[in-house]
Amino acid sequence: MNAQAPIEAGPLLEVKDLKKHYPVRKGVLQRVVGQVYAVDGISFTVGHGETLGLVGESGCGKSTAGKSIMKLIEPTSGEINVAGKRIDNLSRGEMQSVRRQVQFVFQDPYSSLNPRMSAGDIVAEPLRNFGVAVRSEVRDRVAEIFAKVGLRREQMDRFPHEFSGGQRQRIGIARALALHPHLIICDEPVSALDVSVQAQVINLLMDLQQEFRLSYLFIAHDLAVVEHISHRVAVMYLGKIVEIADKRDLFGRAQHPYTEALLSAVPVPNPRAKSQRMILKGDVPSPIRPPSGCRFHTRCPYAVERCKAEEPKIREIAPGHHVACHLRGPDA
Amino acid sequence: MTAPLLEIDDLRLHFYTRDGVVRAVDGVTYHVKAGETLAVVGESGCGKSVTAQSVLRLVPSPPGRYVSGQIRFQGRNLLDLDMAEMRKLRGAEISMIFQEPMTSLNPVLTVGRQIGETLVLHQGMDQKAAEARAVEMLKLVGIPEPERRVREYPHQLSGGMRQRVMIAMALACNPKLLIADEPTTALDVTIQAQILDLMRELKSRVGAAIILITHDLGVVAEMAERVVVMYAGRKVEEASVDDLFARPRHPYTLGLMGSIPHLGSSLVHNAPPRLAEIQGVVPSLREEIPGCAFAPRCGFATERCGRERPEIEELAPGHFAACFEAERVAAQFAEAAS
Ligand SMILES: Nc1ncnc2c1ncn2[C@@H]1O[C@H](COP(=O)(O)OP(=O)(O)OP(=O)(O)O)[C@@H](O)[C@H]1O
Ligand SMILES: Nc1ncnc2c1ncn2[C@@H]1O[C@H](COP(=O)(O)OP(=O)(O)OP(=O)(O)O)[C@@H](O)[C@H]1O
Ligand code: SF4
Ligand code: SF4
Ligand SMILES: [Mg+2]
Ligand SMILES: [Mg+2]
Repeated sequence: MNAQAPIEAGPLLEVKDLKKHYPVRKGVLQRVVGQVYAVDGISFTVGHGETLGLVGESGCGKSTAGKSIMKLIEPTSGEINVAGKRIDNLSRGEMQSVRRQVQFVFQDPYSSLNPRMSAGDIVAEPLRNFGVAVRSEVRDRVAEIFAKVGLRREQMDRFPHEFSGGQRQRIGIARALALHPHLIICDEPVSALDVSVQAQVINLLMDLQQEFRLSYLFIAHDLAVVEHISHRVAVMYLGKIVEIADKRDLFGRAQHPYTEALLSAVPVPNPRAKSQRMILKGDVPSPIRPPSGCRFHTRCPYAVERCKAEEPKIREIAPGHHVACHLRGPDA
Repeated sequence: MTAPLLEIDDLRLHFYTRDGVVRAVDGVTYHVKAGETLAVVGESGCGKSVTAQSVLRLVPSPPGRYVSGQIRFQGRNLLDLDMAEMRKLRGAEISMIFQEPMTSLNPVLTVGRQIGETLVLHQGMDQKAAEARAVEMLKLVGIPEPERRVREYPHQLSGGMRQRVMIAMALACNPKLLIADEPTTALDVTIQAQILDLMRELKSRVGAAIILITHDLGVVAEMAERVVVMYAGRKVEEASVDDLFARPRHPYTLGLMGSIPHLGSSLVHNAPPRLAEIQGVVPSLREEIPGCAFAPRCGFATERCGRERPEIEELAPGHFAACFEAERVAAQFAEAAS
């Protein structure tokens, strides 16, 4: 494998004001009657060799954000740069070269692998599609990648159902690695796994990052896992990023009330530490009719009148620490 | 000391399938007292769910067959009851929250009818009162607009809402025993916190006993008084929650604890510590395992472990483990912790 991590200034991935709205259709005519504001203007960067964790409640738009970046779904608007090159306006054909640099690892190791292909063929497929290895070399290349992710050469001829969950996730990671990507978008890569298997996959991802200076956008809802693997963390709520910071700042000095609630809700595996809970009332509001002003105001224990009317802008309140809340920042 | 509300005693449940016998539950013993929460943890496929489903006699037979053992609820062996007697217990005295909500909700009945039905059946409520109570229950489990939702069908709800409907149903009759099989796995942490609160409330209000199956050690620490650890169809460790976290004595338990990242770790460590991995995979339950089932994955294994099966023994008051090397395990943990 080559470790061609470019030594460049500037982030590897830069996302500016990304939006993805899904039309809501109704009736026999399938008229568009509204929009799901799944991702509604988010901006962030991922540096070379860096992991950005992306957390938030179910339905807040994490997967939509990840898929939009790779254009697995077409974003509504926004700018996406990979290694300084703008990719959001590329055609399908032009995207091919980007696909080599940006790969995806899916949540479900059971349904994301083609059951009729051998593990070796699954990993070989991108190599063949992109013609990056001559036919005679493909098998050796695949064997090399297998070794990297802790699978054995003789397992290349086996089919997905013959592997355990953790091994299947390794196959998915091997497939993502085949083209030497710079960035891997991992969408809940360990959520479906037993904790003992989860540890293997997390260790593997971190080892590979060390070796190849990979960057990850790591989407997950398990905050302890995200803290473990990430350098920086972004918190999403209803299509918006509400806080983004270095992980020590986020886990040690969370500023946004939603982040605070999220952190306090996590049960800690220590029976002696009885936690102080900040229990949120109610459900996540519908992304079709997001609340006015600050989207969190319907559940926020600190909400004031202003929060209903005016949307808080995301601001840098300390170096690298960005928060979107009226009660935080200079004029608070 | 009060007698346990539920006692599972040397339960063996095997599946007789075309390609062999699956020893899904192979001599499991545990109990739970009124007002107590017992957590059951263990690797996927180790028999947690089928053990719990046995209490309600929900395991299909064939292929399942009770080879031995008893399940005593308030002293009566449930395995002796006929189905009519079982139905009287289900939902009223014992209720269950299932791992997969869709399989246990009726797709053609509104949510309100489903919750109401148990109330009409077991509490003799009239339809109208039952409906009102259903709305109240939905509100309790944090479903917004309960008046509207109560008239909807399961497919109109999100996964998390379905899970909460099932929880509402399970709590509606104030059961004496609540079996919760991964009740919050599909839910967000903020909703999970609400649900765990409800379960605690049930316990303190009606003195219910709870069997909580989960893989989340955080939930265990927060909810349980006692913990049973299962591996390959057997109980390998049992202890009070404090003892288990402070002095684990089975290598599998030790492995579990080392494999999870901890919230707040970045504030303590400069670089994240490497997570412990449990190498290898769970053994097939189709073959008789001569020695300790954990031996192929166990860092403490000796030659004896491959030959002889360790029996579960009480090593300290209330602390049981099935391991020849239990003292060495405890010592290593203590050393690592200090
Ligand atoms: N194809 C689609 N058409 C319409 N709405 C969609 C579509 N895909 C997603 N949505 C909606 O967009 C919102 C964001 O969904 P998304 O899958 O990105 O959430 P998520 O944060 O990944 O949630 P989870 O943690 O449950 O995976 C949700 O309200 C979802 O219902
Ligand atoms: N109907 C069946 N026929 C044959 N084997 C079965 C059947 N139902 C369950 N099993 C087997 O019994 C074992 C125990 O299953 P069980 O569902 O109790 O596991 P579990 O501990 O709850 O796992 P998980 O954490 O994944 O829910 C598994 O190996 C499973 O394959
Ligand atoms: S802006 Fe207002 S409602 Fe929003 S998080 Fe801050 S205090 Fe809460
Ligand atoms: S009995 Fe032996 S193999 Fe089994 S857990 Fe103990 S040390 Fe490991
Ligand atoms: Mg998702
Ligand atoms: Mg189960």
